[in-house]
Amino acid sequence: MVTSGPPLSTKAKIPGGAALGLLPFGAYVAIFLAIPTLLAVGTGFTTKSGGFTLDSVKALGDPVVVGTFWNSAWLSALTAVLGVTFGAIICYALIGMRPDGTFRNAINAISGVLAQFAGVPLAFAYIAALGLNGMVTLFLKDTWGINIYSGGTWLYQMPGLVLPYMAFQIPLMVIVFLPALEALRPQWAEANATLGGTRFTYWTRVGLPVLVPSLIGSLLLLFANAFSAYATAAALISQGSQIVPLQIRAALSSETVLGHENLAGALALGMILTMVVVMSLYSLADRRSTRWRR
Amino acid sequence: MTTLTDSPHTSVDVQDTPRLPRRGATKHHGADVGPSRTTRVVVLSIAALFLGFPLFALGAFTVRGGLKGGVTLGHWHDLFGGELGASSGPLWTGLQNSLLLSVVTVVVMLALLVPTMILVRLHLPRLEKTLEFVCLLPLTIPAVALVVGLAPVFSVVARIFGSGSWTLAFAYVIVTLPYSYRAIQANLVAVDVVTLAEAARSLGASWTATMRDVLLPNLRRGMLAASFISIAVVLGEFTIASLLSRTNLQTALVLVSKRDPYISNIVVLMSLLFALVLLFALGRVGTQSRRSRS
Repeated sequence: MVTSGPPLSTKAKIPGGAALGLLPFGAYVAIFLAIPTLLAVGTGFTTKSGGFTLDSVKALGDPVVVGTFWNSAWLSALTAVLGVTFGAIICYALIGMRPDGTFRNAINAISGVLAQFAGVPLAFAYIAALGLNGMVTLFLKDTWGINIYSGGTWLYQMPGLVLPYMAFQIPLMVIVFLPALEALRPQWAEANATLGGTRFTYWTRVGLPVLVPSLIGSLLLLFANAFSAYATAAALISQGSQIVPLQIRAALSSETVLGHENLAGALALGMILTMVVVMSLYSLADRRSTRWRR
Repeated sequence: MTTLTDSPHTSVDVQDTPRLPRRGATKHHGADVGPSRTTRVVVLSIAALFLGFPLFALGAFTVRGGLKGGVTLGHWHDLFGGELGASSGPLWTGLQNSLLLSVVTVVVMLALLVPTMILVRLHLPRLEKTLEFVCLLPLTIPAVALVVGLAPVFSVVARIFGSGSWTLAFAYVIVTLPYSYRAIQANLVAVDVVTLAEAARSLGASWTATMRDVLLPNLRRGMLAASFISIAVVLGEFTIASLLSRTNLQTALVLVSKRDPYISNIVVLMSLLFALVLLFALGRVGTQSRRSRS
């Protein structure tokens, strides 16, 4: 066995041979990530018969499409700001817990479920709570005679998305921001105390300034998260295309929307461009925020 | 000797202080900049109330007695007593499809990602950044935009593999890529596979033996974590299945909720609990590996 063994050094293999081993992964990513992305972006530039056109991309300037992008942007911005604020407060309340304790693990698990896997369930939960026959709706009506829908059924329209979106934005903030908060060095708090600082001076002079890049990064990540979310909105709003993902749904399910062929491709292009900008800024902020760690 | 036995408290204290190297714990020793007990309880209670009330309403809805009011377990009994109407038929199809999808996704993901990541770590370290970039790319390309380009790709896939719902797994591997990559990468960095591989090879082990007996056993925590998180993502996936008109658990839930919201809400509740258990177990796996390292 040992005598027939191959060359000893692990570095002895030809780099060409090693690179060949990347082929399966490379091909897979090309087929199911690169090609779909290019197709999605590319269909925005083609007519139905395959010719080149700028017609669909021009549709991005259509007032209706611009309005949809604007809706998506302010919904994402609003829920990102609120999510960062409330999420950061929750993270502050969690300071001092053992990072490997059961309680902390439970917080992580709950946040993970809400932030990443609960798209449709969150829509159902808010319908059960605040829908026309929801628990809170009926309670308010029966107890105090308050009709929360006197101004219209807002839960099934744009404003109704804010609360369910918060339910996944806040947990996401907890997931991304808690590690940054826990990485603050205890020595800094000690130094602050030694120099006669209070809890207030620690946070205003040391904690927050150090955390600014993390906070900006989290804000961008939450914006991207809300901007690309589809499931909650789709399950809550069955008709209409108030935000970009819902407009993609409408464009995919019917041949022409707003008089444009292949609008889905143009919308996908607009969406991916926005995401590329936001995520590039995020990676900048992230690099900046991890600089002083370890 | 007598002093030690006479004053056990002092000796415990003396031993205890250097035994607390964890960051969370040391904070209490230096300067307390964390929240007061009251702040913590108040903040966490409000957070639990805000994030919990829709889920509570979801649970309360499943035991609601319909028009007569009151509390009933009838809907739960209907689901588990096998007295289901035809309306919930899609749920079983969706559940079966989602379970099959998670198995196929995990198998393809592990087969593709683990060898590639080991190869890059051992032989092509210059490509590590590129691999990370590619694996995190799906975070930047929203599923709802990707699906525009996935539609034509899947019409080709259907010609080769048939139009079975399991083929969606090809797209799900891409969706889960960032999470799986991070889980396995954390493990790869922690166990120093380069030294392990060199040791195994210098002792005469063949490449297959090195892989099977040395590398894979050391990476099983990362692989397990990647599998758990992939299963959770696949079970919660709605966007791609819905827009490609396939049936999985989430699309079936939306369909059934329009006819029988009681049944769909019960299943939603159970799926959330299942995801919670998965992520909690994932956290345990993570903590244990961290403990065994330190």
